[in-house]
Amino acid sequence: MNSVKFLIAAYVATWLIHGTYIGSLARHYAKFKQQMKEMGKK
Amino acid sequence: MKRLFPIFSILTAGLLVFAFYQAIWVAPTERTMGEVQRIFYYHVPSAWTAFLLFFINFLASLQFLANAKPSTQRAARWTVIAIGVLGAIAPYVPAVQSQLPAGLYPSSVATTALLIPAIYLLIGKFFSDQALDMLALTAAEVGVIFCSVVLVTGPIWARPVWGIWWTWDLRLTTTLVLWLIYVSYLVLRRFSDSAQTPKLAAVLAVFGALDIPLVYFSIWFFRTQHPQPVIGGGGSIDPRMMRVLLINWLAFSCLAALVCSARFRLEKLKRQVEEAQALESLLGSGESATQSKAQLPLSRGQQ
Repeated sequence: MNSVKFLIAAYVATWLIHGTYIGSLARHYAKFKQQMKEMGKK
Repeated sequence: MKRLFPIFSILTAGLLVFAFYQAIWVAPTERTMGEVQRIFYYHVPSAWTAFLLFFINFLASLQFLANAKPSTQRAARWTVIAIGVLGAIAPYVPAVQSQLPAGLYPSSVATTALLIPAIYLLIGKFFSDQALDMLALTAAEVGVIFCSVVLVTGPIWARPVWGIWWTWDLRLTTTLVLWLIYVSYLVLRRFSDSAQTPKLAAVLAVFGALDIPLVYFSIWFFRTQHPQPVIGGGGSIDPRMMRVLLINWLAFSCLAALVCSARFRLEKLKRQVEEAQALESLLGSGESATQSKAQLPLSRGQQ
């Protein structure tokens, strides 16, 4: 049994969770900024 | 604050890289588990950070509920201060001291007890009613992310060490319940439009927080499959490992602070957009009502 594979899996999973969440925050932020800009134009 | 955000981001990224280097190359290899034990440097700091965030959510929710009336606000403040003072004194009373689990120092209990009023008063100083609600939501959401990391890395570590992915042991089960409580809190916030939602969510958060000490102390008071605590409580750790663990905790705490700050700003922006949309639709309906009123005599005249 290669325990290094489990170590890599745990580290990759951690950064995948954080990365996905930070990415979703950035996407939502861009969407709301755009909405604010559009409302400002009106 | 906005100007400090990029600087803090760069510093946090640097600290995370340094912490990763320490965890992989500097920390000594554990004798029985081997390389896989290095999961510890991500698993434990994530758990501590999740506990801290859920604790902030609890204090912000408590304060949000207490701020409804000036009298309850004062009562809550003095109750929290009394808990802090009692908690700081009680561990030094011999009768209480003898009841503490082995390895749990009175000084650590006193420090934790004093932190409760300190964080409560700090939150009250910097956050008003709406901001308290936003802080509670932010802390819960980021806390769920860190708790998810704990629930994912735990089984990955357990498989090569215990031979199983999961067992219904007290520590694991209470952690899963904690995660489910805060997920239900977020679901409530996401799908309920009622004006009472912040209040209901705050009540759920206050009761949900009761699970935090249960998770933390489950390995102190019960024999579980999960290892004993590394700081006190019968467990022990190499000082070099402890140093790397604390570096990783600092790095993950900085990441949590950074993400919380971004999430808080996002929530603020979201509420501004919603307010602007509501105002726009109100003005739109007002204009259409004026137009229909203006058209009314004409239409009557036409009749």
